[in-house]
Amino acid sequence: MNTTAIRCESVVREFGGVAAVSGVDLDVEPGEIYGFLGPNGAGKSTTVRMLCTLLAPTYGCASVAGFDVVQQPGEVRLRIGAALQEAALDPRQTGAELLQLQGRLYGLSRDAARGRVDELGDLIDLGEALDRRIGTYSGGMKRRLDLAAALIHNPQILFLDEPTTGLDPVSRAVVWEEVRRLNRDLGMTIFLTTQYLEEADALAGRVGIIDHGRIVAEGTPNDLKRAVGSDVIVARVEGDARSVGAAVERVDGVIGVEAHGNEMLVSTGDGPATIGAVAVALARCGVPIRDLTLRTPTLDDVFLELTGTRIANGTTTKEAA
Amino acid sequence: MTAVTTAPTALRQRTEIEARPAGFFADVVTVAGRALRAVPRDLESVIPPVFIALFFFLVNVGTLQRLTEHNIPNFDFRAFQMPTAILLGVTGVSRAPALVIDVQNGYFDRLLLTPVRRLAILLGHLVADVAVAAALTVPIIIVGFLLGVRFESGPLGIVVFIGIAALWSLAFSGFGYAIALKTGNPGAVNSTFLLFFPFLFLTTSYVPKSQLTGWLKVVASWNPVTYLLEGLRSLVSIGWNAGDLAKALLAVAIVGALSMSLCFAALRGRIRRG
Repeated sequence: MNTTAIRCESVVREFGGVAAVSGVDLDVEPGEIYGFLGPNGAGKSTTVRMLCTLLAPTYGCASVAGFDVVQQPGEVRLRIGAALQEAALDPRQTGAELLQLQGRLYGLSRDAARGRVDELGDLIDLGEALDRRIGTYSGGMKRRLDLAAALIHNPQILFLDEPTTGLDPVSRAVVWEEVRRLNRDLGMTIFLTTQYLEEADALAGRVGIIDHGRIVAEGTPNDLKRAVGSDVIVARVEGDARSVGAAVERVDGVIGVEAHGNEMLVSTGDGPATIGAVAVALARCGVPIRDLTLRTPTLDDVFLELTGTRIANGTTTKEAA
Repeated sequence: MTAVTTAPTALRQRTEIEARPAGFFADVVTVAGRALRAVPRDLESVIPPVFIALFFFLVNVGTLQRLTEHNIPNFDFRAFQMPTAILLGVTGVSRAPALVIDVQNGYFDRLLLTPVRRLAILLGHLVADVAVAAALTVPIIIVGFLLGVRFESGPLGIVVFIGIAALWSLAFSGFGYAIALKTGNPGAVNSTFLLFFPFLFLTTSYVPKSQLTGWLKVVASWNPVTYLLEGLRSLVSIGWNAGDLAKALLAVAIVGALSMSLCFAALRGRIRRG
């Protein structure tokens, strides 16, 4: 048995000969919040379903809490909680009934399950709504109930598959705070998939970026962003930015240039000192500048550098050549 | 929505809560309990079958009683019709459509994420179906009593009658679950009525086998429901006839073995497909 909370070794999952996950390797340490970032269709949810024992890998092996997901799925299930992409709830039950049933299926006594429902009712702040049918809940309430259902047995490892998709900003902030609190106060390992860059940035200690079923980069958000440069100058120009990439690359202080369509990302160690020279280089090339901005790198810049595409609202946007 | 600001009790009690397998029997009871709780909230799944059964029971007795009793010596059409009405009421009544909804809305996955035995999910539903089917026979039997039907086999015969009817309901519902798990499509589940008609009408629903002729007589002699009806009718009209009861139970067992084989195969397939 290994001591890693989650381990994937060359995990592949194919559907009808088409690979949704094409060889994922990752290690998540106990107590870590690991962000799994990628656009829709990148393979995030398929990976989570394999790690949660809902789906067997076609090739490769994976373990959770030290147990093989294929050979010892029962042991894995006892140690994990999961809130999947769609809140997996029965609209005909009340919130309290659903949580109590969850508790019973995890071997809690009737009294323990009832007590746990009361505790989680406080945690998710559903109040008297717990006695209402789930079909009457708002999207945010369903998400919180789904989270409570995943926590009923105090799992060691929590899988959250896009836990804030479709939530309003306030509800999203509440979920973020809960994720932090579960990790901080209980030491719970959290595997969080998200299509929101700011979510991975805000919550995850480490981030794995997945694209087309492969992890293309992994590290702390800061490390990943640092790889792009400590500052990013974004230039939007009239016409093809790639035609002037070489000229900008020669500017002193420029670490790298990524040009896609009419946009150019210039990585530099000292943005304020370099931005003027970049503007001059562009002007010398005769390229009209639409705007020129200086900012720190984002995970989207990392994604763009690695894949040539941006994540926009969960879908990748190919930069026009 | 209000943000949570106080340290929740849930976070202070980790050591007191520990997940463990609940046990197969406990799993079945838990799943069955949920399925039974859903029945009163989903009355449209049980009221129409009983209404249809009672409707045809009354209409058939009103229409055919004099004709059949006049032509067949010592024939009690009301007693003959009651088992037909019972089968009309309980055949195809199951929580399979609800299971499809569970599959569609992801709740089935939520169940699969727990340590519950996969078989217990299905058996829990089936246990609930047996209870519901047994309950559905009661109003039909009461109407039968009001029409003057009496059980030659006495009170114990009524219990056995209800039990066999419920087992038949269970056997037939296996087809619905098989389709539900295979397709996850409510429309496909509803198509089990295509099986309902040959089973319930190419048989001795309206007249004894001796009165059937030609191809229908041949088909009826191969239809397991013919023997099921004979067994149920024997409890009403004859008393305790071991041969008829054994044939009825064998008919239920054959249909049940087929439907449950399909059903468990579909469950394995769904779990494998994820």
